[in-house]
Amino acid sequence: MKRTIHLRVNGQERTVEVPVQRLLVDCLRYDLGLTGTKEGCSVGVCGACTVLMNGKITSACLVLAAAADGKDLMTIEGLAHESQLHPIQQAFIDYGGFQCGICTPGMIMAAKALLDDNPTPTEDDIKDWMMGNLCRCTGYYKIIESIQAAAMHMQGKETA
Amino acid sequence: MNPFSFLTPNTPEEVLTLLQQHGEDAKLMAGGTALVIMMKQRLVLPDVLISLDRVRGLDYVEESDGVLRLGGLVTHRAAELAPLIRTHTPVLAETYHHVATIRIRNMATVAGSLAHADPNQDPPISLLALDARVTIASANGERDVALEDFFTDYYETVLEPEELITEVCVPLPQPHTHSVYVKFLPRSADDYATVGVAATVRVNPSTGACEDCRIAMGCVGVTPLRARQAEDLVRGQQRTDELLREAGAAAQEATDPLSDTRGSASYKRSMAGVFVRRALDQAWSQALGSLR
Repeated sequence: MKRTIHLRVNGQERTVEVPVQRLLVDCLRYDLGLTGTKEGCSVGVCGACTVLMNGKITSACLVLAAAADGKDLMTIEGLAHESQLHPIQQAFIDYGGFQCGICTPGMIMAAKALLDDNPTPTEDDIKDWMMGNLCRCTGYYKIIESIQAAAMHMQGKETA
Repeated sequence: MNPFSFLTPNTPEEVLTLLQQHGEDAKLMAGGTALVIMMKQRLVLPDVLISLDRVRGLDYVEESDGVLRLGGLVTHRAAELAPLIRTHTPVLAETYHHVATIRIRNMATVAGSLAHADPNQDPPISLLALDARVTIASANGERDVALEDFFTDYYETVLEPEELITEVCVPLPQPHTHSVYVKFLPRSADDYATVGVAATVRVNPSTGACEDCRIAMGCVGVTPLRARQAEDLVRGQQRTDELLREAGAAAQEATDPLSDTRGSASYKRSMAGVFVRRALDQAWSQALGSLR
């Protein structure tokens, strides 16, 4: 059974025909070619597939593509403005917020949602919000530093 | 996952009509955070999936006639942040905050979590301690069920195939009442608990004795449980360490846990006693503290 769905993905209207049981993460990766969103645990725990749906972070592995019909989605591919990286992306590079990179798109989308919600988070706010994004390389401190630096930059403040 | 018919009604009435048509062949999907996993694992194979995503009018949080009313489609995140819930029953807002991660809380709904009926979930425990009721609708009318009578077994409830939970009602706490939820999490902060306990204590403002209390436990049986014997021990009494210990021991007797990766059955039973004692202690102390 197929279904035609209309999505707004990173600001562009997309129409896709998908099997009803298609997951959003597979629709993004295989139907739309947006492979920045990763699939890790497939049960909504690891955060690798984090995307913004109507502005809220969501596990794309737990959403049926059919249920995302009509929604506004933002993936990691939608963050950079032409060749200019988003400040969060730049901060993850500058502060070593990733090593292998598999968790990074999810981390950055979660951080984007955090800073949209709370532009001046404390370290505890960051830890609480980012709790659901797992990284097996960095030990998390550099991720927290990256987010703090991005927050400062986005506030127009100098960072060390 | 098997294919299915995917239906997207726009109103609660349309949902009820579809449920009447499709009955046992249909599954309702609200946030889908639990159901999609069960479908991936082929534990649930519905022929018809009725999405509640487009249904409007069931995401309200209101207070009327001394009752806090949560529409069934209120998300965990909305419940965690709702000013009315934070003001009247802060324990409930805190409990929703403790569920999984923000991604899940953005999707999972108040009624969906009850219908899922996993005894390891947090919200049903606090809702039981708060004496919550659920409003259940079908094409034939409405009924009102105490949450205490709602869960029947592991993932089983009194819900009939053609029924939808439309509302969860929580009576506003009486004066001199305090409630807490304590979650024992030995693994990671987004996990299900090894044991979760909610306690509500109402104290006599002149004597400090416990006038009424409700204790609910999760993860230690096939449904969330009330610790009635412990409640009976405590009601009418003054707070002493000895009494709290006895209440913990009595609560253990009511448990029948399953061994799993979060602890053996005997460990969970012991921890249920410890956490009932702690929850009672905190709720009682805070109720007394608010008298000063």
